Amino acid sequence: MSTDVLLTVSGVGKTYAQQVLGGIDLTLRRGEVVALTGENGAGKSTLSRIIAGLELASAGSMEFQGRPYQPGSRTVAERLGVRMVMQELNLLPTLSVAENLFLNQLPGRFGWIDRKRLRRQAGVAMARMGLQAIDPNTPVAELGIGHQQMVEIARNLIGDCHLLILDEPTAMLTAHEVELLFEQIELLRERGVAVLYISHRLEELRRIAQRIAVLRDGQLVCVEPILRYSSQELLRLMAGRELVEHIQAPDRRIGEPLLRVRGLGRGEKVVDVSFEVRAGEVFGLFGLVGAGRTELLRLIYGADPADHGTLEVGRPLRKCRIDSPMAAARLGIALISEDRKGQGLLPGESVSANLVLGNLAAVSRAGMVSQSAERALAERCIAALGIRSAGSEQLVRELSGGNQQKVVIGRWLERDCQVLLFDEPTRGIDVGAKLDIYHLLAELTRQGKALVVVSSDLRELMLVSDRIGVLSAGRLVSTFERGDWSQDNLLAAAFSGYHEPEALSSAAAPGNPP
Amino acid sequence: MKTSSLGTAPTAKRAPGRLAFGTCFGLAGALLGMVALFSLLSSHFLSYATFSTLANQIPDLMVLAVGMTFVLVIGGIDLSVGSVLALAGSVVSVAMLGWGWSVLPAALLGMGSAALVGSLTGSITVAWRIPSFIVSLGVLEMARGAAYQLTDSRTAYVGDALAWLSDPIAFGISPSFLIALAVIVLAQLVLVRTVFGRYLVAIGTNEEAVRLAGVDPRPYRILVFALMGLLAGLAALFQVSRLEAADPNAGSGLELQVIAAVVIGGTSLMGGRGSVVSTFFGVLIISVLAAGLAQIGASEPTKRIITGAVIVIAVIIDTYRSRRTGRWN
Repeated sequence: MSTDVLLTVSGVGKTYAQQVLGGIDLTLRRGEVVALTGENGAGKSTLSRIIAGLELASAGSMEFQGRPYQPGSRTVAERLGVRMVMQELNLLPTLSVAENLFLNQLPGRFGWIDRKRLRRQAGVAMARMGLQAIDPNTPVAELGIGHQQMVEIARNLIGDCHLLILDEPTAMLTAHEVELLFEQIELLRERGVAVLYISHRLEELRRIAQRIAVLRDGQLVCVEPILRYSSQELLRLMAGRELVEHIQAPDRRIGEPLLRVRGLGRGEKVVDVSFEVRAGEVFGLFGLVGAGRTELLRLIYGADPADHGTLEVGRPLRKCRIDSPMAAARLGIALISEDRKGQGLLPGESVSANLVLGNLAAVSRAGMVSQSAERALAERCIAALGIRSAGSEQLVRELSGGNQQKVVIGRWLERDCQVLLFDEPTRGIDVGAKLDIYHLLAELTRQGKALVVVSSDLRELMLVSDRIGVLSAGRLVSTFERGDWSQDNLLAAAFSGYHEPEALSSAAAPGNPP
Repeated sequence: MKTSSLGTAPTAKRAPGRLAFGTCFGLAGALLGMVALFSLLSSHFLSYATFSTLANQIPDLMVLAVGMTFVLVIGGIDLSVGSVLALAGSVVSVAMLGWGWSVLPAALLGMGSAALVGSLTGSITVAWRIPSFIVSLGVLEMARGAAYQLTDSRTAYVGDALAWLSDPIAFGISPSFLIALAVIVLAQLVLVRTVFGRYLVAIGTNEEAVRLAGVDPRPYRILVFALMGLLAGLAALFQVSRLEAADPNAGSGLELQVIAAVVIGGTSLMGGRGSVVSTFFGVLIISVLAAGLAQIGASEPTKRIITGAVIVIAVIIDTYRSRRTGRWN
């Protein structure tokens, strides 16, 4: 057995502000597919990034092909034959497929590119991923997202590849493309390549992997042959905390509607969506990536202009025009966006500067900011939300994700908003902070506010919501009451908008540029 | 969060828009070092004459640099300041000579037209979401052309009606220098203490976050460019006062000097970070350097090479400093 061992990971850990990965022991063998799974934030990406040389471990050691292995950069790892296909695509959209494939080794002489040779080599590499119908000279920008993903994978199969890491490779692929990918993985396996396959689609893992490694909160909870476990057992291993199911009694006093959305739409992203949310209620929104969840919240908030549809807000409901976030905020609507760093925070500013953003009128007189009023407001928020910081003057970028999220929420609690739109409120934050956020949501409903919560974590959504609406391909396909839903029927609804034949036919004829 | 620590040590207490005291010490140190160096190299340097020349020449640069600090803080840039200055001077000369206006309304009209041009730059930037770099590059040409058109490409002598602005009143200091100092103090207070200033820093840090917090960033953006124009108009008055003439060629290439002064002061070209007081030091460093090099008899080419090198070195030092404080990610 030991001759088969390709990579040994011993006691590897990673600590940023806090530990995100600890004491990982894992062995990868040649010709084996190991599935790496776990919830969002469990440490899957961190572990794979360490192996691929994108990040340095803060503890532990690794051995690759019997030699100590500590790649300081991606280039070092790639030279040894460790390749990683990342979730976000690393292609240059304006260059052709061929140029993208051979970007770091363009064939040529004296700096002149040998176009013929490039084309031929690209053809070979593309055929391997079933992309032979595409002209290698097509600019990558003209390909659909699925094909771009296949190009990205093809690029990593060029040259020496002993260990291939695939991070959620099928997230954007059609069924046909997934088949091609699996065939390719099978071929690689026969060639003796080790594959680390990251995904939480359990059906896929069962088909492709021999062993499964489950991460939970930065710890490896099991590494076993995959056939030993049922899907139910795996789900339980991934979650590992049934206690969460009991944090909140669904006993709520639900009042009159505070927000009514009618026929809201924008292009093909959001199509004819109607629903209402009542005081003291949490309306959950579920859907696959790209189903239009974030887009819908942004439309309600006026961050993007809607093509059609009406909104009614207030007590009693009144028809309103919301054409900007300013208008939404005036009407008492708040958006806690998914992209905290990009759209929520002023990272280099203090906690208090972040909390008063949008509340400056409350702490100023005649345009002058009162520093004592500002500090008072900040300290009030910090106490109310349990924000862990070294004080109101600490820079917000130094806080953990959960505390950053609380800062964004705190900003809105100082204003009297009645409708709060939460987009992935617990993304990338640790378990403790998640519980804090759940309690906060419950508290807000007790105060009679109407909440809309978007989450890709189904169990979380089933935990906090009173009703769950499911978006599929931009449409609100169904709404479930608490008690009527199950993971299965929610997932089925989420997929229902995509079961259209053209998805497959377009994959079968990839040669025609749009 | 029960498991997490209380986070890292608190950083030095500082209001947004104010740079750390260390920066000011560093700039003051650099300035003193330069003064000492030039005093050693030239026995005439440390004199009343040098001081008085400096104090009379820098007010234009001071007020322009204040405006540019605001522009850079919101992540913009204004290349048109030199041309707008020339245009404002031309408007003053036309009002006084062509229409026979008295000096005060003419001066106000000059400043007003400069503010208008500035708000035009800002409005175009905001309305079509075009980088201010490009818009102000176009405005640079337009304003310069308009200045030539108004004055028939000739220097217009307006006489000594405005001369009192640049005549020393005490210790070689002129009213224009005092006005410029007042602008600096006021601007620093605005940047650090007012709602307006807070929003400028916030917009420069993360405009989308400001918008999603329910605050419309657009009026602030326009206002900053209007303010820049207004200050360019004020600088034009200082120049007209000193030269007793409006020159349509005035201020050509001045924008680069202004930006250099602001950047030497440590204001970030990426927006979100800046201080008017540091900008003042930047202006002093650039001006002392120019005066000192002239005193020791450096040739024009040498002066330009050295000044250019100082700008680059200042930015390198600043990059190291901000890397140490750890910029976002």
